[in-house]
Amino acid sequence: MTDEGNCMKANSAPLLEMRNISKDFFGNKVLTDVNFSLQPGEILGLVGENGAGKTTLMKILFGMEEIHETGGYGGDVVLGGNMVHYQTPFDALADGIGMVHQEFSLLPDFSASENILLNREPKTATLVSEVFGDRLDTIDRKTMHTKSASAIAKLGVDLDPEMLVSEMPVGYKQFTEIARELSKAEIKLLVLDEPTAVLTEREADILLSAMRNLAKEGIAIIFISHRLQEIIDVCDTVMVMRDGMIIKNAPSQGLTIPEIAKWMVGRDVGTKVAHRDFDFTAQPVILSIENLWVDMPGETVKDVSIDIHKGEILGFGGLAGQGKLGVPNGAMGLFPAGGSITFEGVPIELNQPRKFLDAGMAFVSEDRRGVGLLLDEPLDWNISFTAMQVQDKYLRKLLGGLINWRNEKEIEEVAKKYIKSLEIKCTSYRQLAKELSGGNQQKVCLAKAFAVEPKLLFVSEPTRGIDIGAKSLVLQVLRDYNERMGVTIVMISSELEELRSICDRIAIVTDGRIAGILPSTAESADFGLLMVGKNPEEHKAGGLND
Amino acid sequence: MSKLRETKGQKLFNVIEKNAVPILFIIICAIGIPFSGYSLNYLGQEIITRIGRNSFLIIALLIPIMAGMGLNFGMTLGAMAGQIGLIFITDWKIGGIPGMILAMIISTPISAILGWMCGKILNMAKGREMVTSYIIGFFINGVYQLIVLYGMGPVIPIKDPALVLPRGYGIRNTVNLIGIRRSMDNVLAIRIFGLSIPVLTLVVIAMLCFFIIWFKKTKLGQDMRAVGQDMEVARAAGIKVEHTRIVSIVISTILAGYGMIIYLQNMGTLNTYNSHMQIGMFSIAALLVGGATVNKASIGNVFLGVTLFHVMFIVSPMAGKNLIGQAQLGEFFRVFVSYGVITLALVLYEIRKRRARYKTGRLLAQDQADMKEVDV
Repeated sequence: MTDEGNCMKANSAPLLEMRNISKDFFGNKVLTDVNFSLQPGEILGLVGENGAGKTTLMKILFGMEEIHETGGYGGDVVLGGNMVHYQTPFDALADGIGMVHQEFSLLPDFSASENILLNREPKTATLVSEVFGDRLDTIDRKTMHTKSASAIAKLGVDLDPEMLVSEMPVGYKQFTEIARELSKAEIKLLVLDEPTAVLTEREADILLSAMRNLAKEGIAIIFISHRLQEIIDVCDTVMVMRDGMIIKNAPSQGLTIPEIAKWMVGRDVGTKVAHRDFDFTAQPVILSIENLWVDMPGETVKDVSIDIHKGEILGFGGLAGQGKLGVPNGAMGLFPAGGSITFEGVPIELNQPRKFLDAGMAFVSEDRRGVGLLLDEPLDWNISFTAMQVQDKYLRKLLGGLINWRNEKEIEEVAKKYIKSLEIKCTSYRQLAKELSGGNQQKVCLAKAFAVEPKLLFVSEPTRGIDIGAKSLVLQVLRDYNERMGVTIVMISSELEELRSICDRIAIVTDGRIAGILPSTAESADFGLLMVGKNPEEHKAGGLND
Repeated sequence: MSKLRETKGQKLFNVIEKNAVPILFIIICAIGIPFSGYSLNYLGQEIITRIGRNSFLIIALLIPIMAGMGLNFGMTLGAMAGQIGLIFITDWKIGGIPGMILAMIISTPISAILGWMCGKILNMAKGREMVTSYIIGFFINGVYQLIVLYGMGPVIPIKDPALVLPRGYGIRNTVNLIGIRRSMDNVLAIRIFGLSIPVLTLVVIAMLCFFIIWFKKTKLGQDMRAVGQDMEVARAAGIKVEHTRIVSIVISTILAGYGMIIYLQNMGTLNTYNSHMQIGMFSIAALLVGGATVNKASIGNVFLGVTLFHVMFIVSPMAGKNLIGQAQLGEFFRVFVSYGVITLALVLYEIRKRRARYKTGRLLAQDQADMKEVDV
């Protein structure tokens, strides 16, 4: 399965070799037999969908705690000919491996220079520190300036070391992060996790040329990115991962974006829900979203407009962090949002979850354990909770509505009804929600939303963290519910195949905007192109057939 | 993302909102001074006295703020340690500067142990430091009372009958600190324009200010600022977060102990069971009046705060009497205002945080509008 693409540099010993790496999280295999090697000065492009195993692979390389806590890994990591087994990321750093993360780990009120040399500041000993220990050394600002300036110079960008991080444009923050790794002596290998995702095109160009400079100095780089053009431009080798395996490891020369995109997404998952033909255009618009922006940290929505038709199942897909999760969270008002949404012709006020629910919509959150469930309460309360709160269902009114009493009998009935119809596995309807498995918890979340009897249901990541068998069951439940009750369903998921199996059409959200809407029968490579911000039409000429 | 554009009005509003508390107090003082009928000379003397009396205590609050632990209500612990030192030197009849220094020496290990304990507990209550340290203050107050009310006499020998309650054990409600009364203020005191200036006290305060400035430049100070901004980032860089936080509380508690001794040498009497409880509240209120927030405070805030807060203190009883004929009202006003200003500052802090969050939203809306203009 693995192509050896490094023959051109085969003469020199590899800097890093990962042999037969495998890893499972409690029986759930996330990496299977991963093999690759990296030469000094080589730039390796690592691509793959979310959950393909890229992050786990890097975590193994760095010896992150998470890996040890979950039972370690199989296989060998070999650095410069020596077998290594890092206990903490600090050990990896000491061996000259640096990493720049997706999220910035910078201190906003510190200058670039202070951030670059954080906890490695040059110090001057004083009389006081002789007595009370070296933490009372004063910091040598001058040396600090020159040191950080030289790290920035290595990168080849124009950045004032004294500039405060809070005043920097995003691109500069990224440069600061990279300069921090470069300032560490003896850096041999640099892992860049989607460094260009937040950059403008010009800034990204500067970064790419900086990467080439570093490679020339003999620093090897693992470059993780979803921007495939950059991968092709800058990398020597491209490695595509999917489902914890290396699908392709080839020299970047001659590769095309459609090829890589196809390798990334082309898979067949055992989630089988029969395809149906549904003409949404014949149906009236039920929900119209216009110019929606949502300030959801990590899932910012910039400008989304879409009409959702009655009775359809619409999917929102896209890579993590591009904003697909922000759409339902913003529409419901869980995060600050702007723009306008109109439900059945009536404008719905944003930032008011109650208005959203009153209008007849419901939302099953991706944050099951946080927002979705009352973990310490029994199943029947969980299922009836929202309906009781929002619609005064399952209540007995006493004294002319002055006192509302829970109607335990009705609650029991509805709980039993959904336990039966959704096949929730539990000991009784009074079992606590936290005692259920992930898949069954998800079903309780759905039951909770169904009990409200909404006209439109947003479902966010319904199959996240549940096993394959439960997955197809949950999807089937959604489809049945849609068909029997005529409920419009908007499903948000990171798993394209899952969306394709149940949805009528799928909107791909990229960079906070809808990159395109395709019928679920479209080729998976086309979706892959939309995810990386490319228009599939432009690439049709390239010849792309499954 | 581009920068948020704001009109001049919005910018002015931002400036006012940022400095709301000091502006409010300047207005209160400006109205109160004429009504009180005090001469400027009298006011000036009072302000100098109170700067000498209180500044040291307030400066003790700066270091935990730097370490991101908010306002250290736990400074009461240090104040108690300082008071215990003072009780001992009064009993041993050691007065003057040597007495003060001895009291400080006694207070140091007590403050350090209490501060270390407080820091340990605060590390278990990250994000809720202020309320936790406030409650720790009450808890240790109980221990303090046990020691001072029952322990002193039978267990810890106290010889001076003037200190001990008539029943034979426990310390009296008020202790006369005649031995060290003004002993620091009077050293090198000079008179300028009829104002007496406690030079040594001010020099000590200035030295503490230099210490704070120097401390910020040390590795430890830099670590504290890093921890204060983001514990996780600091930890990832290898800084010992928990230890750094404990050290900041220990330093603050020790300084508060010294501050309390300086404060009480000026007052001349010790309210055994009350002084320390009030001092935390008043110091924090004064710092906030000076424009400090939960996560940002400077030496400038200290002196502006002492001045404004105490002008209000001095002026309000007299202004109340002249306006309504009741000095009581002014007294009520003092307490009301100090609690009120802490509440206001905490609320403003939360509002500001929320506004900062909405700023991203406004930026998104602005970007969208910009895009549309380009399309048209």
